[in-house]
Amino acid sequence: MPLLEVRELTVRFGGVVALDRVSFDVNSGEVVALIGPNGAGKTTLFNVIARVYRPGAGAVMLDGEPVLKLAPHQVVRRGLARTFQNLALFRSMTCLENVLVGDHINIRSSFLGASAPVPNALKAEAEARNRAVEVLDFVGLAPHAHHPVAALPFGVQKRVELARALVSKPRLVLLDEPAGGISHEEVGDMARLVQRIHSDLGVTVLLVEHNMGFVMGISDRVVVLDFGRKIAEGTPAEVRKNPAVIEAYLGAA
Amino acid sequence: MLARVRRAPPRYWLVLVAAVLLIGLPTVVTSFQSSQWNLVLIFTIAIMGLNVLVGYSGQISLGHGAFMALGAYTTAILIARYHVNYLVTIPIAGLVTGAIGFLLGIPALRLSALYLALATFALAVVTPSLIKRPEQLTGGVQGIGLVPQEPPQFAAAAFSTVTGGTQMTSEQWLYYLSLAIAVLLFWVAWNMIRHRPGRAMRAVRDGEVAAAAFGINVAGYKTLAFGMSAFYAGVAGSLYGLATTYVSPDTFPVALSFQLLVGAVLGGLASTVGPLLGGMFVYWLPIVSSQTISDQSWIPEQISSVFVKAGPAVTYGALLILIMIFAPNGVVGLITSGYGALRKRLRGAGERGTGQMPPDPQTG
Ligand SMILES: Nc1ncnc2c1ncn2[C@@H]1O[C@H](COP(=O)(O)OP(=O)(O)OP(=O)(O)O)[C@@H](O)[C@H]1O
Ligand SMILES: [Mg+2]
Repeated sequence: MPLLEVRELTVRFGGVVALDRVSFDVNSGEVVALIGPNGAGKTTLFNVIARVYRPGAGAVMLDGEPVLKLAPHQVVRRGLARTFQNLALFRSMTCLENVLVGDHINIRSSFLGASAPVPNALKAEAEARNRAVEVLDFVGLAPHAHHPVAALPFGVQKRVELARALVSKPRLVLLDEPAGGISHEEVGDMARLVQRIHSDLGVTVLLVEHNMGFVMGISDRVVVLDFGRKIAEGTPAEVRKNPAVIEAYLGAA
Repeated sequence: MLARVRRAPPRYWLVLVAAVLLIGLPTVVTSFQSSQWNLVLIFTIAIMGLNVLVGYSGQISLGHGAFMALGAYTTAILIARYHVNYLVTIPIAGLVTGAIGFLLGIPALRLSALYLALATFALAVVTPSLIKRPEQLTGGVQGIGLVPQEPPQFAAAAFSTVTGGTQMTSEQWLYYLSLAIAVLLFWVAWNMIRHRPGRAMRAVRDGEVAAAAFGINVAGYKTLAFGMSAFYAGVAGSLYGLATTYVSPDTFPVALSFQLLVGAVLGGLASTVGPLLGGMFVYWLPIVSSQTISDQSWIPEQISSVFVKAGPAVTYGALLILIMIFAPNGVVGLITSGYGALRKRLRGAGERGTGQMPPDPQTG
């Protein structure tokens, strides 16, 4: 059984059909890329899976269980975490605090326990801190742990997003343009990082990316969207040769 | 340990100095002044709760005067009608008010900021008339009178030892009671903010979609913040009733809700000592604006008469506008940024522009 099943998803915004009966699977242990020209519906698809948008029709299953029945805050408890295309960090917080929020579901401290604060809550906090520092270290940001996130360079903020999504130990991460907007030199680092997320942490990855070198280098499979429709799916080599894909990108260019 | 003390940021020292001054105060001022400072502390408690709501969870309330009324009436009714020990009524008042705040928070959260402001404002408006209704219980327009609470043995003995034989008055005792409760509630809020629930609230304030994506029940935390701030207002109201020994519908006018919010903003939202400054503003400003302004000969007669006639509302409005323009982070923000600028100056240009990040002003 696939880890993630997307079935016949349709989303309309007024007259715009952002997703048109899109279906595909992501198997456990894969790195799958979702590509397509601007406005193809990639972010919309992520937002449906993460329960930000309600689709007009279709279904999403995570490990065989329906996702669309969940409240938005329950999705991460099923092992699905995400990053945001345009950075949605908690801007008043430090890097460490951002990552701690990412681990919210695993910190065993209640409202009263944390306020009192009882020893168990403090212990849970201390353990969470260790985990958060570990993950910051994994993405290479340990020195920035106590820096306010808002003042950091864009490329660093991107990695904070990544750390925040990884700290809860999800089974599947959705990465929306991990290499978007970062400098040329950083793209290689980011690609290696995503590979390590897959190989070292054993996390299944579904990513959206415009940088074709990045996509072709690390993906097992590629799904191509254009105007809300799936126009191709296959290995990077297959997709690259697909006339419909070439057409879509040439048409968009 | 010593190194930690030396590295402690200035606000820790500020808290320490404030604590020492507050503890010593009644031994050097009159009993009447103690009662004035007691009210300052009571407003401080209410503003601490408001600070959690507005400063950290990012919501707004123009109805916290109503929650104070609820707390005060809970205490007054329990004492006058059911002869409950006044100390016991304080947590009960907090819990009753907190529970009602929590319940009101559930529908309130579906509202956008503007509508939440209006809904809480409506609460402040209707509460005085609602109180008048069940006359058997609340005493109607007459209100409920209470007897002053005498200090317990241990407190009176300690006080007379320290002051060299002075008898502790009821005012002084209630001051210490409020101080102890304020310190306790400060500590609770401080812990809450620095740990998981506080982070969740701040995450909700910074971005609801991202907060939900990491498992934070946005509506739940908003309601929780509402309930907690109502709890604080309820405790403050209870202490207010004990301090003034009289509660009536007019004790908690709509203006009080505004004053509390202005006090919270003025002291500095999401700051540590801000509520104490806010409490001082809320207590002293109406007094200062009605007395002092009319005494100032340099202020033209026409202007001062407006201030005196319209009461503190005009002064609050004027101050709020000034704050928004000159100190959007409140007085504490103003001091912090002033202190930062001063330190930069003192350290000289050498360290400038090294790219060193300033520590997080809220959590550090
Ligand atoms: N909240 C919304 N309201 C209305 N229209 C929307 C909304 N979100 C997306 N759209 C529209 O849906 C379509 C798909 O947008 P989406 O953001 O999913 O594209 P994308 O593939 O992520 O593009 P990009 O590569 O530029 O990020 C676009 O036409 C967009 O304008
Ligand atoms: Mg997008």
